[in-house]
Amino acid sequence: MGKTMAEKILAKAAGVKEASPGDLLDVYPHVAMSHENAGLVSKSFKEIGTGKLYDPDRIVIIFDHRVPAETEKTAEGHKTVREFVKKHGIKNFFDINTGICHQVLPEQGFCRPGEVLVGTDSHTTTHGAFGVFSTGIGATEMAAVWATGKLWLMVPETIKVVVKGKFKPGVYSKDLILHLIGKLRADGADYKSIEFFGQAIDEMTIASRMVLTNLSMEAGAKSAMIPPDQKTVDYVKSVTNKPFEVIKPDPDAHYCQTVEIDLDQLTPQIACPHAVDNVKPLSELAGTVINQALIGSCTNGRLEDLEEGARQLKGRKVHPEVRMLVIPASWKVYRQALDKGLIAAYIDAGAVVLNPGCGPCLGAHQGLMAPGERCISSTNRNFQGRMGSTQSEVYLASPAAVVASAVAGMITLPEVK
Amino acid sequence: MKFSGTVFKYGNDINTDVIFPGRYLKVWEPAEMAKLAMEDLDKEFAKKVRKGDIIVAGKYFGCGSSREQAATCLKAAGVSVVIAESFARIFYRNAINLGLAIMVCPEIGSIAEAGDRLEVEPTTGEVKNLTNGKTAKAKVLPPFILEILGDGGLIPHLKKKMAKA
Repeated sequence: MGKTMAEKILAKAAGVKEASPGDLLDVYPHVAMSHENAGLVSKSFKEIGTGKLYDPDRIVIIFDHRVPAETEKTAEGHKTVREFVKKHGIKNFFDINTGICHQVLPEQGFCRPGEVLVGTDSHTTTHGAFGVFSTGIGATEMAAVWATGKLWLMVPETIKVVVKGKFKPGVYSKDLILHLIGKLRADGADYKSIEFFGQAIDEMTIASRMVLTNLSMEAGAKSAMIPPDQKTVDYVKSVTNKPFEVIKPDPDAHYCQTVEIDLDQLTPQIACPHAVDNVKPLSELAGTVINQALIGSCTNGRLEDLEEGARQLKGRKVHPEVRMLVIPASWKVYRQALDKGLIAAYIDAGAVVLNPGCGPCLGAHQGLMAPGERCISSTNRNFQGRMGSTQSEVYLASPAAVVASAVAGMITLPEVK
Repeated sequence: MKFSGTVFKYGNDINTDVIFPGRYLKVWEPAEMAKLAMEDLDKEFAKKVRKGDIIVAGKYFGCGSSREQAATCLKAAGVSVVIAESFARIFYRNAINLGLAIMVCPEIGSIAEAGDRLEVEPTTGEVKNLTNGKTAKAKVLPPFILEILGDGGLIPHLKKKMAKA
C-alpha cells in the first residue's frame, strides 16, 4: 500500500525502510528551532551535562516573542541566550531585528522539502507548506535534541483534505482553514497529520498555503503538509543552495479520513471567543462593536496580507474609537511593505505600525486589552485572556475583514470591489 | 508510582493559555510558577492545591501553545498526576519529559468529582475513588514512557542512560 508524506519523510529521517501509523521512530531532525524559550532549552541542556551540542548547525534561534525586551526579566533572558549562542558557535541566530520565527525560517532557507523540522513553538506546523514534516515540541525535549540530535516520534495517521471550487471575492485561505477547524473541531486532528489537495491549493501563493498549515495546529494537527510543486521548489531554491529531495504522497496512500470543502459555498468566516473552533459565518457577527483591530502574526502578517488589508482602506481612516495595530511578520516583509507604500497607507489611516514580532498575539508584549474590550484579529488564537484581560474578547478573521472592520468600528464583511 | 490526592475537576479543551498565561512566560522559577498555575481558569487553584493532588479533566487537556511551563507549573504546585479523557499531543510529551504523570482515562469524568479522594497507579492504569468507591481503568502508557516518568523526567532519564553507556 502507498504511503503518506508523513510516513515517507519520517521513515527517511529515522533511516528505516518504511513506516506506518503508530510506529515509534527515533528521528534525527534537520532543523531544531527555538525562540526566546532557547533560554529554557539552554538551562535544561546544561543539566544534561554533556556540554556538547550534537550539531550546532542544525540549531536555529530567532527572537520574536518579546522584541525588543519589554521588561528587565526578558532582557536578562535575551542576554543569557546571546551568551550561549556565542559560547557554542551557533551561527543561525537571529536577534530582535529579524521577525517572527515562522516567517524567518522559510525566508532564510531552513524549510526544505522532505526534511524534518522541530520547533519549540506550537505553530511549527507552518513549514509543512514547503513539504517539510514540522512539529512543535517543548523546551526540555529540545534540550535533548540539542544534546543527542534525535527524538522519538510516533508516526501519525493522516487526514486528507480535498478543496474543490474557487474562492469567491473577499474569501481567503484564512476563511478556508477556519471553516476546516470548525468542521474538525479543536482536537479533530490531535496526533494526526493533514495533507491538502485541490486545484485551489495548487493555484494558491506560498504565503496563503502557509496560513493553512500554520492554523492546522488549531485542529490539533501534529503536522500539516502541502505536497511540493514547482512553486515550492522555485521558492526554496531562491533562498537556499542546500540540496533537498521533494517527497510527495503516493497516489494510493492510506488516509484515516477524507474531508471535502467546496469553495464555491464558502463565505468569510470568523472564530468567536474563546475557542478557535467556535467558527461562524462572519455575516452573523456583523455589527459587533470593536475596540481594537490587529493585522500580524505568523498566521497573517505577510506581504499579501498587508496588501489585502490596505486594499480595504481606500483612503479611509480607521474608526476613531478603534485602535488599529499593524505588525509585519518579518523585517523583509516590513521593508517590502515600505517600498510598496503600504506602511504609509496604514499610518495615514491612523493605524499604529509595530516592529516585526509576535506582538500582542499571545498577550506577552504590547497592544493588550482592558476588561470588556473586543478585538478583531488576523492572528491564530482567541483563548480567554490571550490578548490581555480575561474579560476581553478576540475574534479571528482574514486581514481584509480586520481592516474593513477597523474602518467601520464594528465587525464587517470585507468589501469585494 | 502510586499516587493519592484530592481531585480538582475541569472540563474539555483546557488550554495552556489558561493553565499558564502568556504574560508570565518570562517567569522561569518553578516556585514562582506554582503560584500562577491555572490563574485564568481558577483563581482558587494555586491557593488550595496540596502536594499529591490530582487534576481530572475532560477531552484535549493542554491544547494550544507548546509552552512546557503549563506542565512545570502544575508539577511545582504539587499536582501528582493529571487524569484526562484525552490530551493534546505537545502537553502529553511535555508532561512526560518534565516528570509529571498523566493518565488517559475516558471514564474518569463519570467516577470522580471535585473534592473526591483518588488513589491511582499509572503503571497498571488503576483508578480508585476512595470517596465513593467507584473504579476505572486508564490506558497503560508504553514501557519506555513509564521509564522516563519513573526516572523523574527526560533530563534525569538521559543522564542515567549516559552514565550507563
